Amino acid sequence: MTPQSNFMIVAAIDPQREEELRTLLASMNREPGVVDPMNAVIPFRQLKYLHFARTLILKDQTVGDITAYGLPRPDYPTYLVFLGDVDGEMEAFLAHIVEQAGDGLRQLFSHCKDFIHETNLLNWMKARNVTPATIYVNWIGRTVQQVDEEEALRQALESFIQKNSASLNTMQPQQMHDILKKFIADEQKSGRITLTPAKPTPLNWEIRNFLHLIGVPLLLLIASPLLLLYLPFFLFQLRRREKTDPEIAPRVDAAHASQLALLEDHDVINQFSAAGTLKPGWFRRSTIIFLLWIIDYTAKHIYSRGRLARVSTIHFARWVFIDDKKRLLFASNYDGSLESYMDDFINKVGFGLNVVFGNGVGYPKTNWLFLDGAKDEQKFKNFLRRHQLPTEVWYNAHPGLTATNKQRNTLIREGLEQVSMTESEIREWLKLF
Amino acid sequence: MSASAVDFNDIQGIVRFGYRRLSEASFLLLKIRDAAAARSWLKTAPVSTAEELSDPPKTALQLAFTYEGLQALGVLPDVLAGFSPEFLSGMTGEYSRSRRLGDIGANAPQSWRWGAPGKVPHLLAMLYAQPGHLQSWTDTIKSGQWDAAFEVLDCLPTSDLENVEPFGFADGVSQPTLDWQFRRSPHGDQLEYGNLVSLGEFLLGYPNEYGKYTDRPLLAADKPHSSNLPAAEDAPDKRDLGRNGAYVVFRNLQQDVRGFWRFLDTQTGSHSQARQALAESMVGRKMNGDPLLPLTSEPIAGVDAQSAAQNQFTYDSDSDGMQCPFGAHVRRANPRNPDLPGQPAAGLPQLFDTLGLGSRKFRDDVIASARFHRLLRRGREYGPGLSPEQAIADGPDTGEHGIHFICLVANISRQFEFVQNAWLMNTKFDAMTEERDPLLGNRAAIDGCPYSDTFSIPKESGLRDRIMDVPQFVTVRGGAYFFLPSLSALRYFAALS
Repeated sequence: MTPQSNFMIVAAIDPQREEELRTLLASMNREPGVVDPMNAVIPFRQLKYLHFARTLILKDQTVGDITAYGLPRPDYPTYLVFLGDVDGEMEAFLAHIVEQAGDGLRQLFSHCKDFIHETNLLNWMKARNVTPATIYVNWIGRTVQQVDEEEALRQALESFIQKNSASLNTMQPQQMHDILKKFIADEQKSGRITLTPAKPTPLNWEIRNFLHLIGVPLLLLIASPLLLLYLPFFLFQLRRREKTDPEIAPRVDAAHASQLALLEDHDVINQFSAAGTLKPGWFRRSTIIFLLWIIDYTAKHIYSRGRLARVSTIHFARWVFIDDKKRLLFASNYDGSLESYMDDFINKVGFGLNVVFGNGVGYPKTNWLFLDGAKDEQKFKNFLRRHQLPTEVWYNAHPGLTATNKQRNTLIREGLEQVSMTESEIREWLKLF
Repeated sequence: MSASAVDFNDIQGIVRFGYRRLSEASFLLLKIRDAAAARSWLKTAPVSTAEELSDPPKTALQLAFTYEGLQALGVLPDVLAGFSPEFLSGMTGEYSRSRRLGDIGANAPQSWRWGAPGKVPHLLAMLYAQPGHLQSWTDTIKSGQWDAAFEVLDCLPTSDLENVEPFGFADGVSQPTLDWQFRRSPHGDQLEYGNLVSLGEFLLGYPNEYGKYTDRPLLAADKPHSSNLPAAEDAPDKRDLGRNGAYVVFRNLQQDVRGFWRFLDTQTGSHSQARQALAESMVGRKMNGDPLLPLTSEPIAGVDAQSAAQNQFTYDSDSDGMQCPFGAHVRRANPRNPDLPGQPAAGLPQLFDTLGLGSRKFRDDVIASARFHRLLRRGREYGPGLSPEQAIADGPDTGEHGIHFICLVANISRQFEFVQNAWLMNTKFDAMTEERDPLLGNRAAIDGCPYSDTFSIPKESGLRDRIMDVPQFVTVRGGAYFFLPSLSALRYFAALS
């Protein structure tokens, strides 16, 4: 299995050159929201280990919200953010992209304050790479190549079934399975279908993963007496804040909303990027650090096969602290349009959003950390839209394929490669078409 | 939160009644010529209310306004700003909305008769009458200041096909039951599918399924003429312009009745029973409206005894789509599922479900919480009736057939736009791959997908049947988002200057 990793390069933009940068980013698109996958700056399609990528200009219109706590309006730089989700190690991918698109990246990053042409691009990028607090991968180990091959497999099988439906319909499941298996075996021999076996899982990843798997519960176990002792104080502090924290979720400015909508729904998959400021003080800070650490654990070891809790529409997602953990960036790639994404959030995982975003300035009022919050539907949707950032450039290696499509294709393949199947297993497998 | 008793006299009748007995109807699309004349006409307009009369009415009039219409009437910008963003932008105001609604290609607003930017009417007057009375009723309505007030942009006729839509299927079989008595107070996850839906899902000013009040214009009590309006339940110092009002989604849908039956006829080798069976699996109901799957043994809240024979069912027993295909029109339009998947569970199993733990098939729990996406439909057919046999046979041109799709909602984006986008137009609905609603879908290509125009019928044997190259049967010819004001709001509008 080839595990996935991620990168996120964050660099402050030279304010003089922001407009120029916007023009450059726009030149990477065919039209707003539709990238040219072979654009001259970063020819994404050449990068065969890349699932999703985006560039953002991180300018959060809500930074002033913290003045509701009597604090001065902070002055953060405007950042250029370039992030992506890849197969294999992050360092290896960065080296690969520097090789494939070095000139374009230099051109891109030359709009940043501290970029000089003589600098070593790879080192410069590595130094500005920010590791997420939580990363979610829909299906750990499914590679770009695998998605391509399995979709080709499905299409070949579907058209074979369509052409031969009359004769297939007279057969018993076992016989159908045999015929389909033979068809694919022939296609593989002739080179029209390739199903590359999974590579062995890197040993160092296995070790790290195992240590993480047992390490986190072990730490929690050791710390549990302390955590239990702290719990009443925690609840006291939490409730005090929940009663007084201001809600800032006004109607979204129409121009901001249309700018975002312009970029959405060109594919059946969409991007979402948002930024916000954490509520001030160590209490919220330690709470969100702890919770994102726990969620990261569940994403790595529990929700690693097609679902994040009940949500089956997210391909990749990440929560990243920036600016000394004063701010949080959230980025995801999801199926369907924003309204259905937000409804899934509210109706299926409202509790999960509340525990994280409830620590952000202005979030709709939560109770006991888990409750309410997102269930205040309209305020929640206003909150999200208001914090959303236009994703200037967005690349998806597999347009038209939802997370459940990818999962279905994997199941189709598994049913072909399995040595023996019972009749009822075959029946279930046939239902995948 | 307590809600007071409903004042039916303040609500336009169509929220409560379908006016089926008033089988003649026409829809006038109006432009306001003169705001003062329009307001003066409004003062005396005989708008029918939701109050039940001892004698059934012989006629009815209902009025709804677009954003442009309210502007033309003289409603101030700060008041208008309180309406929902979808209403303010309109059905055709943004290309991204058209994309989401499937209004592209042959459905693109540029080719609509009305409703495209620049062709948005101000006002929709819905006239209903008993057979033979529509003309005289129209004359009555067009009296007083009418001519000075309005220009008639279009008059959309309707026809009485006796509760059958133009393809020949019983129409309007399933409707949500409105909770007029406030029996529901939904709290937390609802573990069973129910058909009784909070009033606030259809009428503004009342708690919705989240127990919240949907945003709408609230006026300071010192605003001129706001004394016409009731106080807002959730903000008693404000006057509620929305209360007892609703949004109306109106779409003029042309149906290719001949194309539909001829395609099915070819697919089934002109075998009339197979043809009908295929049509029924596309619709998801028998032609007479009966469901394709057996009724549940337990009653469903909000499905009354009268409609139980056709509506006491869910798709829980059909997780493989063997009885009703996943892509069937009615299964898409209302998947009938509760907030949590599977059988109602409590305690630890419920916690497990909530956390998404335990093994699941890839299709399980993809769709949930149908209660937030219900539509109250009040559409009317137009064009002459055509039986399947007539549709297939060569015959004289019978002109245009179709339906004026009308639905009432409190939240256009969460209800109508969601159903249209995520359920009907979505090729990936319910974990499927390359098909849209077999009746309503456009067939526009999708990047990365070889097809967008198939229809799959799961089969017991294990392998599905799949119909390829399904043509587009329904074309959008017009449409707009309207606001259906309460009687108090109408009085407020009439009092403006």
